Amino acid sequence: MTSGEILVKGGFVIDPTRKIDGDVGDVAIKDGRIVDKVSSSAKVIDVKGKIVMAGGVDVHSHVAGPKVNVGRLFRPEDKLLSGTCRSAMAQQNGYRMESGFSIPSTFKTGYDYARMGYGFVMEAAMPPIHSPHVHEEIHDTPIIDEAALPVFGNNWFVMDYLKKGEVENTAAYIAWLLRATKGYGVKVVNPGGTAAWGWGLNCLSLDDVVPYFEITPREIIKGLLQANEYLGLPHSMHIHQNDLGNPGNYEGTIDSLKISEGVKPKNKFGREQVMHSTHLQFHSYGGDSWGTFCSKAKEVMDYVNKNKGLTIDLGCVTLDETTTMTADGPFEHHLHSLNHLKWCNVDVEMETAAGVVPYIYSKDVLPNAIQWATGLELALYAKDMNRTFLTTDHPNAGPFTRYPRVIKWLMSKKAREAVLATMKNTDKVINATTIHNIDRELTLFEIAQMTRSGPAKCLGLGNLYGGLAPGMIADVAVFDLNYKNIPSDAEKIESAFQRAACFIKSGEIVVKDGEVVGHGHKKTVWVNVNMPENPQVKRDITQSFTKDYTVQLENYSVKDYLAPHPFVINVDVEA
Amino acid sequence: MATVTLKPTKVPELILEGYSITPDAFAGKTSAQIAELPGHEGKIHVRLGDFFTVSGEAGATAAETNIVIAGDATRVKYIGSKMTAGTVTVNGNADMYVGGWMKGGKIHVTGNVDSFCGIQMEGGDILVDGDAKNHVGCAYRGDWRGMKGGTIRIKGSAGNDIGTFMLGGTIIIEKNAFIHVSTHAEGGTVIVKGDVEGRVGGQMVKGEMYVLGTIKFMMPGYQKVDRVEKEIDGLKFTFDHYIGDLGERHPKSKGQVIYANLYLKAA
Repeated sequence: MTSGEILVKGGFVIDPTRKIDGDVGDVAIKDGRIVDKVSSSAKVIDVKGKIVMAGGVDVHSHVAGPKVNVGRLFRPEDKLLSGTCRSAMAQQNGYRMESGFSIPSTFKTGYDYARMGYGFVMEAAMPPIHSPHVHEEIHDTPIIDEAALPVFGNNWFVMDYLKKGEVENTAAYIAWLLRATKGYGVKVVNPGGTAAWGWGLNCLSLDDVVPYFEITPREIIKGLLQANEYLGLPHSMHIHQNDLGNPGNYEGTIDSLKISEGVKPKNKFGREQVMHSTHLQFHSYGGDSWGTFCSKAKEVMDYVNKNKGLTIDLGCVTLDETTTMTADGPFEHHLHSLNHLKWCNVDVEMETAAGVVPYIYSKDVLPNAIQWATGLELALYAKDMNRTFLTTDHPNAGPFTRYPRVIKWLMSKKAREAVLATMKNTDKVINATTIHNIDRELTLFEIAQMTRSGPAKCLGLGNLYGGLAPGMIADVAVFDLNYKNIPSDAEKIESAFQRAACFIKSGEIVVKDGEVVGHGHKKTVWVNVNMPENPQVKRDITQSFTKDYTVQLENYSVKDYLAPHPFVINVDVEA
Repeated sequence: MATVTLKPTKVPELILEGYSITPDAFAGKTSAQIAELPGHEGKIHVRLGDFFTVSGEAGATAAETNIVIAGDATRVKYIGSKMTAGTVTVNGNADMYVGGWMKGGKIHVTGNVDSFCGIQMEGGDILVDGDAKNHVGCAYRGDWRGMKGGTIRIKGSAGNDIGTFMLGGTIIIEKNAFIHVSTHAEGGTVIVKGDVEGRVGGQMVKGEMYVLGTIKFMMPGYQKVDRVEKEIDGLKFTFDHYIGDLGERHPKSKGQVIYANLYLKAA
C-alpha cells in the first residue's frame, strides 16, 4: 500500500508551512511521501467541502513506559466503564480490543490518536534504565510514529559534571545516553527536585541546593541548555519546571524561562528555540494559598511572546477524572496529601524517580476551574501560534482524546462561556482569571499551527512532519468541517476533530469515517549523535556501572530488536 | 405492576452475562422483545431467549416491572445490575454482581449469591435468603468509591471484603463474616450478627460497625472508649464502643476529630 498513489482531491487545504489557508486544492501522495503530482491511475479520494491538514504532531504526551504501566496496573477502575472491549467491529476486522480512559491500552492509544488524525507522538519522559520497556511498548502501539525523551534533570552524571561546569562532558554523556536508550532529546523534570526527593526534600526555587550534589536547579537548566546546543540536537531542551502546581509559582516560572536568554539555537534542523517549556498551565499561577489562587497566564505569556528562544505547550485541564504521572516524585506525594487518593512512588537508580496519583478535575472545585481557564488563556494570549502547542500533558491535565474539546474551547467563546456558566463558582472563577473578558477565537489556521507545523518545527522535524509540501511524510488528515461555513454549533467542531473523515499515515489509509481500517507501519524515531570519543566520560560510565548500577553496562542499552522499525536522525558533532 | 417470568431452559457452558436482566431494560417490551435482549457468553454475543423462556409482558416503566427468574441462576451474572426501580426475584441461586451499581428498586434472591453482590450500589434493597461469597457491597477493584446508599441484607454468612471503601448505606450479615469488614470505609453501617474472624475496620476513616458475636482477632488500631446501649436492627443491646482506625488520617468536624466507631456486643 505504501507504494500506492493517492490523490486527496478538492478539499480546503490548511498548511501553515506554506501559508496555505483554506485554498481548495489537491494533495498528491506517492511512496509514502507528498509529491507534486500523481498519475491518472492514482486512487482518488474526494474530500470536497472538508478540510485537509497534515497529520497531527504531539510534542508532549505520556503514552509508553513504566509509569504509564503503573497507572494501568493500579487503576483497573479506569477500564471498567470505558473503551470498546467487545466492539463487534473490532472483532470482525481482526483488531485488538481497546480499553482504558485516562491510561488507555497501547492499542487504544494508537487507534485513538489515528482517529483524531495524529501521526507523530512524543513520549515525554523516558527513565533511561527502563528504556527497553518504553521501546517495547512503543512498538506495541499501532499506527503512530513515536519518539521518547530520556530524562536528564536529576541524573547523577549530569549533576556531577555540571557542578564542575563541564558542559562538554555533559554533552558527551547525553550523546552516549541518547544512543544507549534510542532517545530523541533532553527532557528535564523538576531539575534537582526529584534528586532531592531521595532525601525527602524538593527544590521549589531555582536556587535551592540539591543535597550531596551541591548544585542548584538554575545551574542544571543553564548547563543542559548549553550542552543541547553544543550537540546541535534536533529538539531543544524540554523542561517541566520546579514548583509545579503551586499557588504563586508564575514568578519562578518566568525566572527559569529567563535562563534561556543569551543561549543561541545551533542546529541544522530549522529549530529556532533553545527551550521548550512544557505544560505551562501548571506553572502559571498567582496567589499565595488555595484561597487566593489565580491565573497569571497573561504575565507568563507577555514574557513568552517577547522571547523568540522559547516554545511552550499548554497542558490544558479538560475537567475529567484522570491519572497524574510524572518524574516529579515530590509533587505526586504533595498531590496525594491533598486528595488522599492512592499514590505510587518509584525511585529509578541514579537517574530519576516517578509518582502516580489519580485525580478528578471538577468544574465545581474552584482551583480546578481556575486551572481550566489558565490553560486556555495561555493560548488566547499567545502572539505566535507556531510557538504555542496544544497538549493536555496527557494524562496529567486530561486524556489526549480531549484535544478536540480543547480545540472547541479555543475556537468558540460561546463554548467557553457555556462551561463557565455551569460552574458552581462562576463569579469567583471570573474574578481569579481573565477568560471571561477574552473575545479571541482561534482560526483553523492557528489550530493547524498549534497541532502541526509548530510542534514539528520545535522538534526539528519540520521538513518531515506537520506540513503538506512535496517531499514530506504523507500524513494527511481530513476533517468533516466546511472551511467556508464553520458551524455555529461548536459541538460540531469537537466531533469533526474527534473522528477524522479520513486519515492517511505514511501514504496508507488507516482511518475512514472515524473508524480504524488499517494498522499502518509505525516507526520509532531516535537521534544518533556522532562525535569523537570522550575518554573521561567513557571511563566514568564504565566505572559507574561497575560500582553503582544494578545492571551491567552490556545489559543497559536498548537492543535493536526492541525498536524494529527505526527512523534514525543522525547528528554530526565536530571536535 | 406487570410481571415477566424467565424460566431457565439451558445451563450456559461458560457463564451468562445477564446484564440485560433488569426492569430498566425490560420496561415497555413484549416477551418476544425481551427474548431478543443481548447478553454475552464469553466473547460470544447471545440473546436472553437462548437461555430462558420468557412469559408475561413488562410494565411501561421500570417501576412498574417485576422480574421473576423461576429457577436456578447459579451461572448468570449481573442480575439487576444498574437497575433504578422495579423488582427482581430469583427463585434459586445467582452468580456474581447481583445488584451491582444498583440505584433503586428491590432484589430478592431466595438461594445464595456469589461475589460482588451490591458492588458500588447507590440505592435500593437487596435481600439474600442464603449466603453470599466475597465483596458484598464493596468498591470495584482499584476504586475508592464504594457503596453509597441502599440496604443489603444477607440472611446467611458472607466471606471477605464486606463494605470496602463504603461511603453510605447499610449492610446486614445475619450470620458470620470472614475477614476485612469496612476496610478503608468513610461512611455507612455494617452489622454482623454472628462472629467475625478479624481485620474489622482496617484503615477505616469514618462510619459504623456493629458485631453481635465475637471478633477473633481485633485490629490493633482500635481503642475502647466506653460502653453504650444502642438499638440495632430493631433490638437493644449493650456494646463496648471502640474508635479507630487510629493509624489512619481522620477529618475534623466542628472541632471534633471524627473516628470510625466499632460497637462490639458486651459479653
